[in-house]
Amino acid sequence: MGDPEERERKEEGLRLSRRGFLGVSGAAVGVLALPTAAQEKALAESGIKAKVIGPAAVPISLKVNGKSYNIKVDTDTTLLSALRDHLQLTGTKPACGRGACGACTVHVSGKPMCSCMMLAVDAADQDILTIEGLAKGQVLHPIQAAFVEFDALQCGFCTPGMIMAVKALLDANPEPSDEEIREAVAGNVCRCGTYPRVFQAARAAARRMKSARVLPEGGRL
Amino acid sequence: MSEVKLKLGIPGKYEERVVTLPEGEPKPYDADSKLSVVGSRHPRLDGFAKVTGQAKYAHDIRLPDMLYAALLSCPHPHARVKSLDTSAAENMPGVKAVVAAADQHVRFAGQYVAAVAAETLEQAERACRAIKVDYEPLPFVVDLEEARQPGAPKVFDNRDSNVRAADPTERGNLAEGFAAADAVVEATYKTQVQTHACMETHGLVAHWEAPDKLKVWSSTQGTFAARDNLARRFELGAENVEVITEYMGGGFGSKLGLRDFESAAVELARKAGRPVHLMVDRKFEHLSTGNRPNSVQVMKAGCTKDGKVTAWQVDSYGTSGIGGGAGVANPSVYDFPAVRKTSADVYTNAGPGCPMRAPGHPQGIFAVESMMDELAYKIGMDPVEFRRKNNSHPIRDAEFELGMKAIGWERRNQTPGAGPGPLHRGIGVASGRWSNVGERRNSRIQVRVAIHPDGGVEVENGAQDLGTGTRTIVGLLAAEELGLPVEALTVKIGHTSYPYGPASGGSSTAPGLAPTVRKAALLARRRLFEVVAPALQAQPEQLECRDGKITVVSDPGKTMDWKRACGLLGTTPINELATRSDNFDGWQAEAAGVQFAEVEVDVETGRVRVLKVVVVQDCGTVLDRLTAESQVIGAVIQGISYALLEDRILDRTTGVMVNPNLEQYKIAGSWDMPEIEAIMYDAAIGYNNAGVNGLGEPPVTPTAAAIANAVYNAAGLRMRELPITPWRVLAADAARRGGRS
Repeated sequence: MGDPEERERKEEGLRLSRRGFLGVSGAAVGVLALPTAAQEKALAESGIKAKVIGPAAVPISLKVNGKSYNIKVDTDTTLLSALRDHLQLTGTKPACGRGACGACTVHVSGKPMCSCMMLAVDAADQDILTIEGLAKGQVLHPIQAAFVEFDALQCGFCTPGMIMAVKALLDANPEPSDEEIREAVAGNVCRCGTYPRVFQAARAAARRMKSARVLPEGGRL
Repeated sequence: MSEVKLKLGIPGKYEERVVTLPEGEPKPYDADSKLSVVGSRHPRLDGFAKVTGQAKYAHDIRLPDMLYAALLSCPHPHARVKSLDTSAAENMPGVKAVVAAADQHVRFAGQYVAAVAAETLEQAERACRAIKVDYEPLPFVVDLEEARQPGAPKVFDNRDSNVRAADPTERGNLAEGFAAADAVVEATYKTQVQTHACMETHGLVAHWEAPDKLKVWSSTQGTFAARDNLARRFELGAENVEVITEYMGGGFGSKLGLRDFESAAVELARKAGRPVHLMVDRKFEHLSTGNRPNSVQVMKAGCTKDGKVTAWQVDSYGTSGIGGGAGVANPSVYDFPAVRKTSADVYTNAGPGCPMRAPGHPQGIFAVESMMDELAYKIGMDPVEFRRKNNSHPIRDAEFELGMKAIGWERRNQTPGAGPGPLHRGIGVASGRWSNVGERRNSRIQVRVAIHPDGGVEVENGAQDLGTGTRTIVGLLAAEELGLPVEALTVKIGHTSYPYGPASGGSSTAPGLAPTVRKAALLARRRLFEVVAPALQAQPEQLECRDGKITVVSDPGKTMDWKRACGLLGTTPINELATRSDNFDGWQAEAAGVQFAEVEVDVETGRVRVLKVVVVQDCGTVLDRLTAESQVIGAVIQGISYALLEDRILDRTTGVMVNPNLEQYKIAGSWDMPEIEAIMYDAAIGYNNAGVNGLGEPPVTPTAAAIANAVYNAAGLRMRELPITPWRVLAADAARRGGRS
């Protein structure tokens, strides 16, 4: 990796003033927005492969709920804003703007993320799943159905994020313990106070999804 | 007018009452009512929309050409705006309009001073930062005690001081009361400022459809209040203002009025000639949109050794920031023969308080029920027995009985703090009060029920659903009256083009709407029966409708299904508009609820964990048992959060809030959840034809006291200040041991 001091100096030149979203590690390809002349020079000298984008709005492709959207976003546009303001997918909710409440939770490449903490340019070309992508027409996903049945919602504003958090849990862990359910929604703030119902709904959904897997096609519970 | 005999009360305590009803009024629900849909556990009607993301909140409205607005807030707790230059901001990319606040005297950090509308929110935010404001900082005070001192910086120049005392109230003979007391406790209780922290922040989308026609999607608790306020503010006829709140993300009392910054967004829309979307950010929400004022309650109370309270005295004060009405209720939950109360508002340079879920009550009942507990322990009496000796409310008495069984009251510590520790478990109790059977501002409430020739039914009222389940109870009540499954109805709410609905304040929505829904549905059903009766060779009053079938009661062979019956309407739908009737006589207008909390206190770390809460709550008729329980559970969780975690912290030296977010402003989350057992206590109370009392507020009132009393029972530590943080527990433990914290 060469002289550590020199490397540090080069990376210093690359450091960003905002949101530090430059992935400089090993051979990873970073994305650099709004580069200054000095940064561009440092980048050229560094040998690090990085793609320079911005400062003007950049075209990206977002794959949301299995559908591709080609849009132009500013380099500081969050994934949350891209979903809500560009694609009009307003099921994902904004509530704190800093990753503290989980209302904006979506799945990016299968992982739950606060979409307010991720830039749209970083989410490009990855599989994004939002609350709008769960139901099949009028048929609710078992987690959604359980939320309705157990009344795991009141005002409903935290609900999409809560459901996406529970889905991420059950995708990874089909038989979670009560503690694991609590942990899965620990980052989701609900002001109306629906947690006990959310736990119930998550447990019921896990049971039903498991039964659905072991039952033969068309089997009923 | 007709007379009806009703069976009112609770099991073992039924009374017959003859009440006089106005013409057209449905027979009120009483203890003998056989209800099939009302009172069932029915999932909320908008569940599907909410779990799929289809529900459109004000925040979600997207209109063609819509601009986004951002606000500029004052960083100083007290300042005069000497000049405000928006010229640079106006020339920023995307900016379409800028407005400045009318008030050039800023009295708290975070107060809005200007607003910008631009093509994107980011552009509007950038433009806000380009507005040049020259402030003259002024002396300020944010601390409650400092603000009371003579010579403290004045929040309002035109007042002699920051203290505004209310007239004292007194009843009974206090001196005699204290003379008769065998035990007297003097104690001071303190509560903190709590913010509403609605998940959907405040705001609206404003769209001028014509120069004199305004349409607004608002996150409001009162569609019609918002309409009337907007009409006044912008000098329009109310008929030219339309307010839509199909869904809203929580209010808890903070979304009852039109705010200056919301008016600014409407003004921006007018200036730009385009729709404007303004939803405030989380920091602004904490600072400027309201809060539950804090309180200091200096108390002295006495009782006899056999457990009767003889005298009750409280001097309270608190700050509502630059607002008035800190309003510590310190309500007489129990029967106190002699009471003297004084109270005072103290102005500080902080965001204005506003109603928050049972204004004045959680703070007041924390003190009332802590004092009751202290008295009980002082005379060595079972805390529940002590309360029951001073209680004449029959529902509350029955609830104590149920609650004791459910929590296992006998498991409490006989000696508070006994055991080696460091973990101590204990149980505490408290009771709350709040009621609203819908006496006030009712006569404007109207509900329309339409039955269409194709069998479709619409139920319309313009009130909003805060997440309490208003939409659902409207559907259930109409379905019950019509004899249809609720899925057969279309419930339309949250729009001022529908009949007038109440603002959701004071737990008034259900008691205001429920009786009116019944009445409108009954009128519509009668009209349908008039049309159908000849076809069934019967009189209208001989018919009934059940499960979608209209049948002659005396001859069940004569029947017709709903759809066919409606076909007899030809081309003319039934369209009945009913107006809320006045209340009549009843049995118990005051809702009662009791709560038992079991906690574990770690005296080494100071951490309090709530293990279990049993809540027994009445609201008269339970309209939807599932959503009613949800609301009660939610109230308890907010109470736990208030008791242990939440605190709006202002830095005394800079006057700014240090935790204006959702990670340091702590709200109870998944790991803080105890087991919560909610028991809805059914009571037939009369007063309105649905026999329904308000439910939103009562169950939030006693939780903090029940937890504080449980901490005492567990660890022998009397926590007189909220929130009960680890630091406070450790300090109390150290003080008890005579050491230093």
